Parts: sequence; C-alpha cells; structure tokens
Amino acid sequence: MSEFLQLDLPPLLAAVLAGGTCGLLGSFLVLRRESLLGDALSHAVLPGIVLGFALTGLRSAWPMLGGALLAALLATAAIAWVRRAARLDLGAATGLVFTGFFALGLVLLEATGARNADLDVDCVLFGQLETLVWLEARGLASLLDAAALAGLPRQLGLLAGVALAALLFVLGFWRTLRLIAFDPDFARSLGLRVGGWEMALNLMIAAAAVAAFESVGSILVVAMLVCPAVAMRLLTDRYGAQIWGGAALGAGLGAAGVLLAGPLPAALGAGFALNAAGLIGTLGGLSVAAALLLRRA
Amino acid sequence: MPDGATLRTAAAPAPLAVTGLTVRYGGRPALSDVTWRAAPGLTAILGPNGAGKSTLLKAALGLVPAEGEARFFGAPLEAVRARVAYLPQRASVDWSFPASALDVVAMARLPRARWFGALPRREREAARAALAAVGLADVAERQIGRLSGGQQQRVFLARALAQEAELFLMDEPLAAVDAVTEETILGVLHGLAAQGKSVLMVHHDLSLVQAHFDHVLILAGRVVAAGPVAEAFTDAAIAAAFGGLPGRGRGA
Repeated sequence: MSEFLQLDLPPLLAAVLAGGTCGLLGSFLVLRRESLLGDALSHAVLPGIVLGFALTGLRSAWPMLGGALLAALLATAAIAWVRRAARLDLGAATGLVFTGFFALGLVLLEATGARNADLDVDCVLFGQLETLVWLEARGLASLLDAAALAGLPRQLGLLAGVALAALLFVLGFWRTLRLIAFDPDFARSLGLRVGGWEMALNLMIAAAAVAAFESVGSILVVAMLVCPAVAMRLLTDRYGAQIWGGAALGAGLGAAGVLLAGPLPAALGAGFALNAAGLIGTLGGLSVAAALLLRRA
Repeated sequence: MPDGATLRTAAAPAPLAVTGLTVRYGGRPALSDVTWRAAPGLTAILGPNGAGKSTLLKAALGLVPAEGEARFFGAPLEAVRARVAYLPQRASVDWSFPASALDVVAMARLPRARWFGALPRREREAARAALAAVGLADVAERQIGRLSGGQQQRVFLARALAQEAELFLMDEPLAAVDAVTEETILGVLHGLAAQGKSVLMVHHDLSLVQAHFDHVLILAGRVVAAGPVAEAFTDAAIAAAFGGLPGRGRGA
C-alpha cells in the first residue's frame, strides 16, 4: 500500500486532475469551433513560464502561473489585434501568434539559462508524470497526516487549485457560457461583454494548460482539451452531458493511462513500460474513434 | 395597412434613428453615411444582396464597428437595451449545438435571471409561452438540430418575443421558410403592431411588402428611398436599388 501511495497515487491524481480540467474546459473550445485555440494557448504560455522562472529563479508554481497567464492575455489580445489589423481569419491569426510566442519561449529558454535548470524542451512537450512521487507516504494514515501531505508533489496543489477554479467557473456561469458559445452576437445584443467572457475562458484554459503541462506535457494538454470534448460531441445532443461527460472522460482517460502504462505492455509480453502521458494521448484518440463507431452503430 | 403607427404620438422619439452610419469591411464601405429615422409600426428593409441591410441592424446594435450614431427611443442603446430585441440570421449559428428549443428561447431571459444556478421557473415559463406563440409548444424539449429550417426560424422568433421588447430588429426571418412558418411569422408581426410595437425587418420578397408593411427603407450601400410604402416603394426606387429591374416581384 505504501508503494502505491508513494509511486502511483501522485501521477494518478495529477493525470485525473489534468484530464478532468482540460476535458471540462475543452467542450467550450469545441462548441465554439475554436479547438485550435487550445493548442495555441498551451504553446503561447511558454515565454511567460520561462520569464516567470528566470526572474524569480524559482521553479515554483506561482511565478510560472503568473507569467503564463500574462502571456495568455497578451497572446489573446495579439490574436484579436492581428485579426483586425491584417484582416485574417481566426485560424490564420491564431497560428501566426502562437508560433511566434512559442518560438519566443524557446529563445528565452536558451537565452535565460533556464534550460540548464531542467526546464527543458522534453519536459515541456512530454511532461514528467512518472517523476511525481510522495516519499513521505507511510500507509493510509498518511492521507490524514498534515506533515506527510505537505510532502506531496507541489504540482498537485496547483492542479487541484486550477481544477476547483475551473469547476466553479463552469458551474457559476453555466447559462452565460452556453449563450456565448451558441450565439455571441445575440449575447452582445443583450449587453453581455462577450470579449471579456472569451478572455476569462481563455485565461482559464491557459491556467489549466500551465498546471497540466508540467506533469503531463503540452502535447497531452492539447489532446485532453480536444479529444474528450469531440468524443462527447459525437455522442450527445445535451449540453449537460457534453460538459460533464467531457470532464469525466478526460479524468477517466488520465486514470486509465497511468494505471495501464505498466501492466498493458506486460500483458502483451513486452519487457518495458509505456510513457503514461503518451498512453493517455493515444487513449484520447481511440476514444474519439470509438465515439465515431458508436454514433454510426 | 396596419394601424400600429397611429397608436403612437408624433412627439415620441423614433424607435431607431441613425445618423451618418458608415461601416467598412476591409476598406470597402458596406454602408455609407446612412441617416434615417424609423417610423413606429412595421418597416421592411429592402435591397439587393450586399446592400448593407443586415449590416445596418448589426451596426445599430454595436455588433460591427461603425462610424456615426444610433439612438433607440431617443437614447443610446445601453440605456434602453431591455426595450430592443434582436433576431439574427438563422445561418449565423450552429444548429447542431447541444441545446433544446426551450434552452435557446430561454437565452432571451438571461438578463432577467440571477447569473448563477438554474433558470427560475417564472423565466422558463415565459420562454415556454413564447414557443407556444409560434406554434412550437410540442417540440420545446427537442434538440434544435432535429427541427426543420422553418421551425428553427420560429425558435429564433420565439426567442425575440421572449425578450418582451418594444422594438424588434429581425434579420431575414422570412428567408427560405415553409408556408406555415411564413404565416406564423406574419401573424406575429401584425400582433406586435397591434400592441403598438415596432419591427424593422430585413426582407427579400418584394411581393409581401404592400400587404404587410407600413414603411420601407430601400438600401444599396446607401439610402435609396425611405418612407411610407405608398410613397417610397416605387418602381424607380426599386430599379435604382436592384439595378434596372423595374417592377420585379411587385403587384402581388
């Protein structure tokens, strides 16, 4: 039991929280037909993360989250500005801005020396789910022991905080988010500040991307923002089922990826374990394929 | 001719007055210097494709960047938003969206409800009544993608009705609809006029104008003609707007 708590529980919790949060917020991207924006935001936050790290010298969650949110804010504003100034469509403007921001982030990564402090490209892309451990765990009693709980990987605190914020955001603004996703012009005619709401949603997605990227990597963030939402879009016409189903599917895919990464290759007779983040991404793709088959059946 | 207009005094401010309204899409003006006072009652906004009809409604509502000024009931829109309803073009939204007809109509009640939690029963009942008024009571719970095009158009009309406004800006609600829907929409229009409300409707079918509207605004990127149907809806104005096709669709 101690071994499960020490080695398996932290990555399991991280994958469930990251998958659930991204799955919850991803439905709004898919319903607004802006799936690319999730990809864009999760890349555009990189310069903010690197600067947050470089300026404080700390690889702690909060400066990086702050930097990332600032970068997301600037990227969202830049996308809107490029669209207006260059009269590009949303996809082109988004592609232009996020590749620029991501490239800037990579340059900063080298220029600031952040790279040497193990904030490297591999970690950014693929995360490090397997390195999340809870060495203080000594049996189930540790779950109630404040001193032992303090030894939980710090990424879990950030993930849990962002998951809670996303949950409250969606629950609190349930009807408003639906209206804005369905008919933004009508929402504006009612006097809603649609631009502000879109910015809030983008910042929430950026926060989820940052919290998730350190543990599961930015590629998986993109998969978790899009795959569960698209699978549910194929399976239901009900708003509630879309939103909560997306969150549940994201969390379930996260759990399945972590739990199967060891046993699955072993069951197939292979002598290695899979990268859990990679497996979660693969399962995400398979869930969309399964949803397509179910829909046709 | 419907007599909704006579219910208002001449001194009342126009439901909509625009001054020098200009909209450019990518440098090309879609609407040039439109100055117009809408009269109370039913007004058809006519013109060929690209004449700026929809753009006029959107610019007045602040949905597209525009130069010039729009005043509703003599005030800026922010001050009188609750008195103005908007019915966008049906093609402007994704009808496969996971929502029921009732969900969509209930969106009109959002400003009247608390921002959190479930929609209050009273608001839901108001949405249901609006659906019944357009003959869709029995499909209230149906997902909007499973409705016919005409039914979808009536869902949008019900949503505008549920706003309980005094001025309705409608963007082509009669485009490509079935006979039942056309009859329902025209019935609703005359009901609104009888209650002293005003409707500005972007419209294509010139044959319906004389029978159902009090006023016209004929656009072709600028104002070609405006006024009571008897005075402004002339062959010359239509020819000027539609480009040398006098009498097209008239005389019905």
